[in-house]
Amino acid sequence: MAEETRERVLSIRDLDISFDTSNGTMNAIRGVRLDLYKGETIAIVGESGSGKSVTAKAIMGIMAKNQHINGGSIMYSYTDDEGRKETLDITKMSEDEVRKTICGKHIAMVFQDPMTSLNPTITIGKQIMEGMVDHYHYSKEEARKKAIELLDDVGIVDPEKRFGQYPHQLSGGMRQRVVIAIALACNPDILICDEPTTALDVTIQAKILNLIKDLQKKKDLSVIYITHDLGVVAQVADYVAVMYAGRIVEKGSVDEIYYDPRHPYTWGLLSSMPDLSTNTPRLFAIPGNPINLLNQVKGDAFAARNPYALQLDFEKQPPMFNVGGKHRVASWLCHPKAPKVEMPHSLRVKIDNMLKEVNAYGKQ
Amino acid sequence: MASSEILLEVKNLKQYFRTSRTYTVKAVDDISFNIFRGETYGLVGESGSGKSTTGRAIIRLYDPTGGSIRFRGHEIAGNLTKDEKADLRNNMQMIFQDPMSCLNARKKVIDIVGEGLDAHHAYSSKAERKEKIIRILEKVGLTEEQATRYPHQFSGGQRQRIGIARALVMQPELVIADECISALDVSIQAQVVNLMRDLQEEMGITYLFIAHDLSMVKYISDHIGVMHNGHIVESGTTEDIFSSPLHPYTQSLLSAIPEPNPEAAKYKKHVHYNAKEMGVDYTKGKLWDVSESHKLLATEEEYSKWCRKH
Ligand SMILES: Nc1ncnc2c1ncn2[C@@H]1O[C@H](COP(=O)(O)OP(=O)(O)OP(=O)(O)O)[C@@H](O)[C@H]1O
Ligand SMILES: Nc1ncnc2c1ncn2[C@@H]1O[C@H](COP(=O)(O)OP(=O)(O)OP(=O)(O)O)[C@@H](O)[C@H]1O
Ligand SMILES: [Mg+2]
Ligand SMILES: [Mg+2]
Repeated sequence: MAEETRERVLSIRDLDISFDTSNGTMNAIRGVRLDLYKGETIAIVGESGSGKSVTAKAIMGIMAKNQHINGGSIMYSYTDDEGRKETLDITKMSEDEVRKTICGKHIAMVFQDPMTSLNPTITIGKQIMEGMVDHYHYSKEEARKKAIELLDDVGIVDPEKRFGQYPHQLSGGMRQRVVIAIALACNPDILICDEPTTALDVTIQAKILNLIKDLQKKKDLSVIYITHDLGVVAQVADYVAVMYAGRIVEKGSVDEIYYDPRHPYTWGLLSSMPDLSTNTPRLFAIPGNPINLLNQVKGDAFAARNPYALQLDFEKQPPMFNVGGKHRVASWLCHPKAPKVEMPHSLRVKIDNMLKEVNAYGKQ
Repeated sequence: MASSEILLEVKNLKQYFRTSRTYTVKAVDDISFNIFRGETYGLVGESGSGKSTTGRAIIRLYDPTGGSIRFRGHEIAGNLTKDEKADLRNNMQMIFQDPMSCLNARKKVIDIVGEGLDAHHAYSSKAERKEKIIRILEKVGLTEEQATRYPHQFSGGQRQRIGIARALVMQPELVIADECISALDVSIQAQVVNLMRDLQEEMGITYLFIAHDLSMVKYISDHIGVMHNGHIVESGTTEDIFSSPLHPYTQSLLSAIPEPNPEAAKYKKHVHYNAKEMGVDYTKGKLWDVSESHKLLATEEEYSKWCRKH
């Protein structure tokens, strides 16, 4: 697709978020820049605690009490009820405003911890109907019918019987699917899924991913997946952003990231990914600990854990280097004058095997 | 290394929930399996098939509807005395699927992890308590600085690790780990799995490992049970299940493992399974010994059909 013909629905620029803690200010998000286009699927992957959920919640206008947005913008473009094109900066709106005008109807989110987004005292059926009644003024009967359809769509057997149950009466994966049904009930144009399938077995996971794919085709839905499951990313994403310590350190098309990773953190991440043939006595884990964001970060936050780091990586924050195509990398290793460094041998072998496999399929 | 001593013996376990006058959920419906001391038993299967319920019944958060659970040779499925309960709490720990719902929001991490230690007076001084807690926190990749924070100030994966630290600090004999690594990034998953293996080697901990990530289950487990709809439909060594799966549900499950290779993923075909469509009724089946280790739930007709190809 040509760049100009694509319609941008979300544009995050230089987002900067911190938290007040008893030990000082923690700089959780340090200059995130990301675009989302209509109908596109992007995946955000990265270290636990790197700021994926905080970024996603900021898009929904959700803030913790001790949270500050210190700079940057989140521009959201949509067509309103009268057919006018509107663009809003979500960081400039109050939580209430966002909830009334955007949440649910335009942007919906599936939260990481399903229990915290379900009300334990209301039946799941009512919770799915709520948004439809509020936003679209469905009659009770219509809403009920649609809610049961949705439960069926997300693979819940006996939806009529489940309709009247409370969250604690469901299994972990069923709750997760109820949360997905609630998000889909309001026909959003952007769907943000924070670890949507962690509690699902692979067959139901495949079903949910296909359901979302179908909706995308039908309604041009744009989707952001936040997930640790690199198998899921490989199946659904057009575009991948890799986060580390509050910044995006590498982004590109899914093929660029999986077959030609450039940032040493991405190397570590792909190296840690187990597959069915893994049988080493220990799994590979990236050595060292994440950097403490209570301190000011000089240079690349990953430098201390990066055996390939250049002196400059410790001193100066690397810019995003354009390494061709859609591929961008924040590491001084990608500077045109930097010494050539190869990825770890074991990862090279892993990627070569993936490419061989693809080739074999191509010849069939 | 797994020994030949059976640590946990589950026989004909049933756990039903009556949710209304007309509706009873048979969450776990007559399952049997053994776990050997020092091994890892992987429990996989469909969402809602009864895996967490099995775990929760074993650690006696529920009163089992029927069947027997023998732990270290003692029956624990019936009424327990206070001492027996305390003993159970001491030797069995569970890491829960939903970390937020089981972490006390008003306590600091250091005290959450220390709860078990406090209850069993498992230290001789405040300093020793702190040292024990910080050491396990560091092992799961959290820092001393984070120990004074509250659960809501953590990311999803960090919370999960608090739950893991809380269970492991007690050095129990059996750990029931319910989806304990699914919220973690792959590098920290690797770190936690390595830690679980180290503790297994050092102290002979036994794990009941409930998870959806089949590559990880394959990597970590000695034996595997596959659950569907409240029944264990197939069980065996990891080799049995992955190299010669017989039950169509197991085959369907294995075929759906996501392919971490984006271009190859486009060619992948899933095997469809629907018990109703195939006319499979688990309550009609019996457990067949395909080999000494490999068991299959099937009727006579199903058994000969499913095993014929092998
Ligand atoms: N209210 C808060 N107060 C203090 N720190 C917070 C708060 N909320 C989040 N954080 C911190 O911000 C960082 C980013 O958190 P976030 O939830 O975005 O991580 P994540 O990338 O989603 O991780 P995971 O994969 O584990 O869910 C973490 O280090 C977390 O501890
Ligand atoms: N307290 C309860 N009351 C009523 N029904 C329950 C209760 N707990 C569980 N169930 C039901 O028991 C069945 C099995 O649930 P369980 O949580 O054991 O599944 P699971 O295999 O762990 O699934 P998942 O992989 O989704 O976590 C489900 O149908 C669920 O709705
Ligand atoms: Mg998160
Ligand atoms: Mg469960």
